[in-house]
Amino acid sequence: MRTVDLVTYQDNWWEILTSEFMRNALLGGTIVALAAGLIGYFVIVRNTAFAAHALAHIGLPGATGAVLVGIPVSLGLGIFAVGGALVIGALGKKAADREVATGTVLAMATGLGLYFNSLATKSSSTMTNVLFGNLLAITNEQLVVFAIMLVALALAVALIYRPLLFASVDSEVAEARGVPVRTLSVVFMALLGIVVTMAVQVVGTLLLFALVVTPAATGIQLTPRPRRAMAVSAVISLVSVWAGLAFSAMLNLPPSFVIVTIACVVWFVVWVAARASHRAGGAIVGAPSRATDEHPAHV
Amino acid sequence: MSTPDPTPTTSTPTGASAETGAAPVGAPPALVFDDVSVVRGGHLVWSEGTFEIPAGSVTAIIGSNGSGKTTMLKVILGLVPTASGRVRVLGHAPGDGPSSGRDDIGYVPQDYTSTAGDAIRAFDAVLLGLTGNRWAFSRITREQRDRVDQALAAVDATGFANRRVSQLSGGQRQRVAIAQAIVSRPRLVVLDEPLAALDLRNQREIVDLLGRLNRDLGVTILVVAHDLNPLLSVLDGAVYLLDGHAHHAPLSGVVDENLLSHLYGTRIEVVRTPQGELFMRSV
Repeated sequence: MRTVDLVTYQDNWWEILTSEFMRNALLGGTIVALAAGLIGYFVIVRNTAFAAHALAHIGLPGATGAVLVGIPVSLGLGIFAVGGALVIGALGKKAADREVATGTVLAMATGLGLYFNSLATKSSSTMTNVLFGNLLAITNEQLVVFAIMLVALALAVALIYRPLLFASVDSEVAEARGVPVRTLSVVFMALLGIVVTMAVQVVGTLLLFALVVTPAATGIQLTPRPRRAMAVSAVISLVSVWAGLAFSAMLNLPPSFVIVTIACVVWFVVWVAARASHRAGGAIVGAPSRATDEHPAHV
Repeated sequence: MSTPDPTPTTSTPTGASAETGAAPVGAPPALVFDDVSVVRGGHLVWSEGTFEIPAGSVTAIIGSNGSGKTTMLKVILGLVPTASGRVRVLGHAPGDGPSSGRDDIGYVPQDYTSTAGDAIRAFDAVLLGLTGNRWAFSRITREQRDRVDQALAAVDATGFANRRVSQLSGGQRQRVAIAQAIVSRPRLVVLDEPLAALDLRNQREIVDLLGRLNRDLGVTILVVAHDLNPLLSVLDGAVYLLDGHAHHAPLSGVVDENLLSHLYGTRIEVVRTPQGELFMRSV
């Protein structure tokens, strides 16, 4: 039997971390982590986690098709992901009600992605990159586009924050109070499509859930306050990306693997702690003390 | 789709009860229905709805299952269009009115349990009733906090304001939903089956709360209900959906054995206790 070295320590990891391509990876990863933090909370509150997962897969034929027609891979991916997002958003109703339809489209899209890939001669690396991400291949042009997308996303979320929260928490009451629930649903899905397009570059379609949804779930377990949950979620994404890149340089591991592992381990630890404290009769970790210090009038 | 007012209502005077006040005698009716009919999915839900509901009253909407009670509520809220006739809610077409007019109507839906219950505190849920239809990010003002605190205190929910909505009991959640509906100081509050799934004590407390809202703040209250008994102490009248038509009668007209028996399709007896209390039962 052959022995496999699970990890190999690299002496020159600091050199790797401080190199040119790593600088782009860190910047790109930071931008995507912040974007994921902004949108992840709403993905969970709106019960659209499965739709987020599906959008990443819908992007796959866009990416492999882009190679066929000779346009940038991210552009093809973006067109499919945002296009798919708009269709899902326009269909209205909660994504949870359409799991079967979404799953079917997801499978169809993945198959189509495979087909496009088989048509192209030299695109097998594209396929792997889209499925698992390739943070180390981020170009300067992509960085600029990502930065613009992040600013646009932040402005959009700041503008629609409260109506979107209202529509997410209780769409019927929000609609009765004049919130354009359907329009917001389409806008939100378009924003999600943009984040998915960016995040695929970091962790790929197959692992995207762990960067966009899992940190937000952790944030919500740690605090019931929407803005804090968003901030916590962004911090977890950030730490996952940074530590993921550092460990991958140190131990010669694929960055996506380490990033996803960190995000998932943090989620798991918080989940176990929350359950334990719940069973002990306490509230979920951190919530009561944080809540009272800012707003003593309640207690 | 109206454009919500971009500016937070910072100019409203503080003080929980000073604003609305009891509706003066001769005030225009809160609700006017004129030969209204509603069609959903190509099927006539009810028609010939002609009635007025006085401002400052407590009115039940009753009828058998599937008779269109919730549909009527949604017509009033502007969520379901009418097929014919004219509806006026506080002087405006439903869902029309000035953008700030939307703050004049509070709505408590039947099932206040959303998937978001885990991700939001009761306080934030109530705050959405005040700021949720306003665009652009801004800090929560001291005054908005006070308004939310007052609304929570009014429904006796101060004690669990910082708990997650998902951690609350059915009765507590119902209070939070009512606080969210009244925090914008509406003149009309509509509730869809607020007593369903509540135990007797919680039913009693919610009914008392509705009575206080009506009496102390002059809020007009509309309640969809399948059981009139718990509401009898506060009701002024009822809209009843009978044989596909909508009618309104004062309480004395509604508490009628023949009408109720016809309405529910089973023999109903109205009993008056020696203490003067009314209740009805199926016999």
